[in-house]
Amino acid sequence: MFKILKYSFYDLMRSSWSYVYFLFYLALGFVLLFLNNDVSKAVITLMNVIVVLTPLIGTIFGVMYYYNSREFTELLLAQPLKRSTIFIGQYLGVALSLSLSLIIGLGIPFLAYGLLQSNAIFNFTSLLLVGAFLTFIFVALAFNIALSHENKIKGFGYAILVWLFLAVIYDGLFLISLVMLQEYPLDKFSLIATMFNPIDLSRILVLLKLDISALLGYTGAVFQKFFGTNAGMLISFFVLLLWVILPALRIIYISKRKDF
Amino acid sequence: MFKAALTFLLFNSIILTSYSQSIDVCKACDVKTLTDAIAKSKPHNKIIIHKGTYYESDITIDKPLHIIGKNNPIIDGENKSYILIVKSDSVTVSGLTIKNPGQSYTKDYAAVLISQSNNFKFENNSLENVFFGYLLEKSHQGIITANKVSSNAVNQSSSGNGIHLWNCSNITISDNEVFNLRDGIYLEFVKESKILNNQSYNNMRYGLHFMFSNNNEYHNNTFKNNGAGVAVMFSKFIKMTGNTFTENWGTASYGLLLKEIYDAEIENNTFKENTIGINVEGSTRINYTKNNFISNGWSVKIAGACYTNNFKQNNFLNNSFDISYNSKMHDNKFNNNYWSSYTGYDLDKNGIGDVPYRPVKLFSYIVNKTPETIVLLRSLFVDIINFSEKVSPVFTPDELEDINPLMSPVLND
Repeated sequence: MFKILKYSFYDLMRSSWSYVYFLFYLALGFVLLFLNNDVSKAVITLMNVIVVLTPLIGTIFGVMYYYNSREFTELLLAQPLKRSTIFIGQYLGVALSLSLSLIIGLGIPFLAYGLLQSNAIFNFTSLLLVGAFLTFIFVALAFNIALSHENKIKGFGYAILVWLFLAVIYDGLFLISLVMLQEYPLDKFSLIATMFNPIDLSRILVLLKLDISALLGYTGAVFQKFFGTNAGMLISFFVLLLWVILPALRIIYISKRKDF
Repeated sequence: MFKAALTFLLFNSIILTSYSQSIDVCKACDVKTLTDAIAKSKPHNKIIIHKGTYYESDITIDKPLHIIGKNNPIIDGENKSYILIVKSDSVTVSGLTIKNPGQSYTKDYAAVLISQSNNFKFENNSLENVFFGYLLEKSHQGIITANKVSSNAVNQSSSGNGIHLWNCSNITISDNEVFNLRDGIYLEFVKESKILNNQSYNNMRYGLHFMFSNNNEYHNNTFKNNGAGVAVMFSKFIKMTGNTFTENWGTASYGLLLKEIYDAEIENNTFKENTIGINVEGSTRINYTKNNFISNGWSVKIAGACYTNNFKQNNFLNNSFDISYNSKMHDNKFNNNYWSSYTGYDLDKNGIGDVPYRPVKLFSYIVNKTPETIVLLRSLFVDIINFSEKVSPVFTPDELEDINPLMSPVLND
């Protein structure tokens, strides 16, 4: 598995796409810091970008990589290798290289602008951590979709749909249900509903560190009580981890049964 | 004429001689307690209290006296009753540390009670572990300056206020520091008074609280980390300038609460990092000019029945919500403000944006109706609906807009 991981990883590292991705974050980081020179404010803007963009790039890259490396995969399948090692190796290779582009691309400009002296360092690391989690989650989802669909167009379509659903439509449904059910106590409901969407969960995790004054009002108190404590943080990171593990397990499950 | 001058001189010299007479109080002196000194003194005498701790309470000052503490003497009330009770005009007290007055659910025990007296001055005193600090009733023309009033309030019902004024007029409260109390400074039925340069922090309820008090002014005070910074209720003609309201955080916390206020001026204040900068209810004819709203949850939250309020030349910087509004009807004006979330352009380069700014977002309208939706703050979906509402307002009051939004922040001094 490690060999395949290494191969996929180097393969991607050599490809121009991961350079583009890396350069994009590098440019974004420098431009943001150049424009307002305040590390903590840049972190807020960055959150908006990361929460939407990393899942999108993760899904598209994942689907693209799977379809492109199909011939190589078939070659590997002819070898005496376990199927799970092949696919998990490829998955980890993609997810790792994307996360690395994100972390290094944003890390360099922030370090250059004196992140270590600023007290935003904890916010920044949690932001990067959340970004890495989102990459792992959405690449896994993309592999799931690609494995279940031979048709490339269909595969791409579903992948984009999944991203659209979790990034936008889910929040719309969430909002509508909150407004419709406003007569009822909704604290628990909203807490649970955020757990079911990794994008919402990561947004709230970062937000509670940044926009705390607004969120503390009214229901914010419930969230603060939950996410503000160490137990709440652990639970939410555990949920994010589940979001990585469950799709990864499904990759193994499908790949074992799939007839190539 | 000559006679008049002579009488004046004579009168003055009498006052001077009586002024110059002083009684010393210390452990080794003839007079050992303040109560004793007051009994032995004549009007306008000076009483000098030297270093030491004096266990006394219910000390009644019933004639004009000047009480001066030297080397920080302490008067300890041993949690029994009132400590100083002032019932005469022209009393000055300075340099004392007064601590541990009684605590009661039925009586307003205070470290210093000033009752029906005029022309007093309390300076450089330190009031510690108090129930009420200064309690003033029916008193006029007084000064309370450079004092430090503190306690360790745990809950609202068993704690009192730092400086409490009831039915007073022409009082100046300046340069005081009040903390860990219920209300820092409380005014009820107070007229024509000034509150200047005070620091009020860590209080359970309000930093400064006005009730039924007209024609007052407060300038250059700092209110930090209180239950709510300042509450102004049922009052008219209040002037508030140069104050700082910060870190008033909590589930129902605000920098400034205005309730049933008419004809007030709010100028050059700074509201920073409060859950709600200003919460306005039923307030009319108020001018908000040149204030800074920085990093608040809500800068201004306007509930019902607010008419003819003017917002001019304010800076709204990095607030989660600029304005929240719960009704469609309004006649409040926003003009020439700077909004950090304004995205318009200025083609003629006159410093004023060419498109109006709508400070009420659809999301703030939704949050107002269903507070739980706050969990969707900064989500992509919310940005999308905010954008579509901005293009064509349906839910938010469409005439609520700043027609001349500024392109760069107002420089306030």
